Amino acid sequence: MKSKKLLILLSLLLVVSVFVSACSSDNETPTTEPEEPTTGEEQTGEKILRTNNSSEPGSLDPALAQGTHESWILNNLFEGLMKHDSTGQIIPGMAKEYTLSEDNLTYTFTLRDDIKWSNGDPVTAQDFEFAWKRALDPELAADYAYQLYYIKGAEKYNSGEGTVDEVAVKALDDKTLEVTLEAPTAYFLDLCAFYTYYPVNKAVAEANPDWAKDPSTYVSNGAFKLKSWEHNAKITLAKNENYYDKDNIKLDGIDFDIIEDENTAWQKYEGGEYDILVTLPQAVVAQLKAENNPELQIGPEVGTYYYNLNNDKKPFNNKKVRQALVYALDRQTIVDKIAQGGQIPATGIVPPGLLDENGEDYRKTTGDFIGYDLEKAKALLAEGLAEEGMTVEDFNAQGFVLLYNTSEAHKKIAQAAQEMWRTNLGLEVGLENVEFQVKLDREKAGDYDISRAGWIGDYSDPMTMLDLWYTDGPFNDANYSNPEYDKLIDIAKGTADQKVRFDAMRKAEKILMEDVPIVPVYFYTQPYAVKPYVTGVYKIPINYPTITYADINK
Amino acid sequence: MKKYLLKRFVMSIITLWAIVTITFFLMHAIPGNPFAKEGKMPPVVYENLQKKYGLDKPLYQQYLIYLGNLIRGDFGDSMKSRVETVNDMIERGFPVSARLGAQALVFALVFGPALGAMAALYQNKIPDYISMIVAIIGISVPSFVMGTFLIQFVAKNIGFFPIGGWGEFKHTILPSFALGLMPLATMARLMRSSMLEVLNQDYIKTAKSKGLTKFAVIMKHAVRNAILPVVSVLGITISNLLVGSFVIEKIFGIPGLGMFFVKSIGNRDYTLIMGTTVFYALILILMLLLVDITYMLVDPRIRLTEEGH
Repeated sequence: MKSKKLLILLSLLLVVSVFVSACSSDNETPTTEPEEPTTGEEQTGEKILRTNNSSEPGSLDPALAQGTHESWILNNLFEGLMKHDSTGQIIPGMAKEYTLSEDNLTYTFTLRDDIKWSNGDPVTAQDFEFAWKRALDPELAADYAYQLYYIKGAEKYNSGEGTVDEVAVKALDDKTLEVTLEAPTAYFLDLCAFYTYYPVNKAVAEANPDWAKDPSTYVSNGAFKLKSWEHNAKITLAKNENYYDKDNIKLDGIDFDIIEDENTAWQKYEGGEYDILVTLPQAVVAQLKAENNPELQIGPEVGTYYYNLNNDKKPFNNKKVRQALVYALDRQTIVDKIAQGGQIPATGIVPPGLLDENGEDYRKTTGDFIGYDLEKAKALLAEGLAEEGMTVEDFNAQGFVLLYNTSEAHKKIAQAAQEMWRTNLGLEVGLENVEFQVKLDREKAGDYDISRAGWIGDYSDPMTMLDLWYTDGPFNDANYSNPEYDKLIDIAKGTADQKVRFDAMRKAEKILMEDVPIVPVYFYTQPYAVKPYVTGVYKIPINYPTITYADINK
Repeated sequence: MKKYLLKRFVMSIITLWAIVTITFFLMHAIPGNPFAKEGKMPPVVYENLQKKYGLDKPLYQQYLIYLGNLIRGDFGDSMKSRVETVNDMIERGFPVSARLGAQALVFALVFGPALGAMAALYQNKIPDYISMIVAIIGISVPSFVMGTFLIQFVAKNIGFFPIGGWGEFKHTILPSFALGLMPLATMARLMRSSMLEVLNQDYIKTAKSKGLTKFAVIMKHAVRNAILPVVSVLGITISNLLVGSFVIEKIFGIPGLGMFFVKSIGNRDYTLIMGTTVFYALILILMLLLVDITYMLVDPRIRLTEEGH
């Protein structure tokens, strides 16, 4: 009797576990089995580049992409009207040539003759018109629709006020695309290489709105096509034989794992499972740098790490106090001893790597605006606090807090800044870490004293960094306002004359770095690791490392 | 029995409704939104997104719409993925997590109670110390340390185990082990203390004096009674194991469900937060019910009181 009940108990447990494991293996077999032959290593003769894309893409539809976890894959699948060469210069891609009207507003692109989609259809001007208008459709609600606001009528259509016909992009025939802009935009060609501007196969997308969800219906026009997508696990690409420049594509495919943990991904790279790895753990970068390991590359990046100062709060409303905080930071030490990723101490707001009107590095030709100057900082603080009728004790009694989103790296840098302000200026600033979302919310509400921020540029032009502090601009969390700076930004945005434009931008940056609504800390870099047998990988500032033209010489 | 089950079923529905309601309003009360990014988004784009996901409606309306969809079994669209719905994510992630959890459970069930029983039988002797050292390691070493350790020292040195990833049986061994260690240790400790208690009971002495073999006494009388506390923690243990662990899945790069529990909150992916919470609650309620039934089958005392009423 008793053993019978024991049996019942045991069988019940067994049933539960068997049921669970059975239903799991049932569901799983079909998704994993077809993928197994693509494990890279067992490939014979095929050149497959293996790497990790650290996060699952939210979509592989170019209109819906919004970050590097999508664009690093998309950049291999699609090609825009223009593209970047290995030096970062903009060159024709799908377009053969273009003309620009006298008023610098209307571009007319002529497409190449030999361009085809991965399904064999020709790539037409209509595909571009369709793709751009689709990305602007308010119903689609694309996060990055605003990247297209340079086009006349685009913002109106996206806001629901205008109609789709008012968007000034038009296919004149199969091979000719005409685009009219709201205002002259010197970097429009650069935008034409950006993923929101990629074409979409009109026939395919109209017949099946869900085309981008499934590799079997996915159609692209770039060097590779989508072969498989195992959600949260793996994405594989195969060479697109219909790509016009296929002779220059050495790889037969690219395998992206999707592993979020940086350390695990690094172990896989070290264990020989990856040929290139982009997001490296901070400690690994520091170690590789110390060893002078040739596999480590420190690529340029368009991005600046900074602290917002709440310009509405006393004494941060005082320019001299803000300047004191800026000059009291020893950025070289922060970069060398704490950040340790090859970052560059910020000397302004525009990072190096962006070109000026003469094709030279904007940062170099513009010069340095800020640096570490202890005496200056002390003098400025004394003057500034006096102007506000405050003493250092008054400042410290306020209990100001530096807000940052929870992360070990941000914490260390915040501690360094706190210590430098304390020892150099005698100022006490507390630290507070909150969840990223909470930080954003408090910045928007102006509920902070000092807050950590970073900005990664969207396009290869200094303007991508410079217009952030426009009065009431969407990214101006410091709540800075200076009509003179606003005017210079307007001038730069309203002209196609490169000389006038760059003069205005330089002046705007100068004003910004005198008023310092923010404390720039460092310019981002992008460390990545490449195995010695991989060639042809390069990094232009605006993109993740380009692997499209990579080769494996094993 | 039937009446009891019906009562439990009604209670479960009420519990579930309470969980849905509390989570829904708590989630909307915390700062942030699914579309937040560094810097502000152009208002036009933000409004389009709000409209698309119905977030522009008053909260009570959103709640009623959500309840309606939930009753139809529709968890809605994820606000972060344009590829998969929340139902897709759960359908895809749960089997992966459940398989890992089931393996971990089998591992824990096979070794945990055995280890505990052994410790009790050899109280204050070497086997007791060994099994309790294992238990303390299992309880006190956090899974992220264990996972990292396994990758760094086991997977990297023994070529057989892959360093993270998913696909074949060999991918599941290390994470199952890391996942199962904690419940194993808990079970071992529970088993040890209840076994010690049982061994001092009169009926054990009676059984021994009846002349039963030591093995028979232990298996039929001691283990049988001592296992009850282990059964009572099984409900929560099984549910926790089945829905997956954020830490283990992240470290080993496993495309399971556990990951979504933490990530959805960081992203304020409202529909996914609700989906994972409701799904977990369902599993938990079901498991607790199963455990109670099991309990009734093993322990006659419970059945008697139920029937006595």
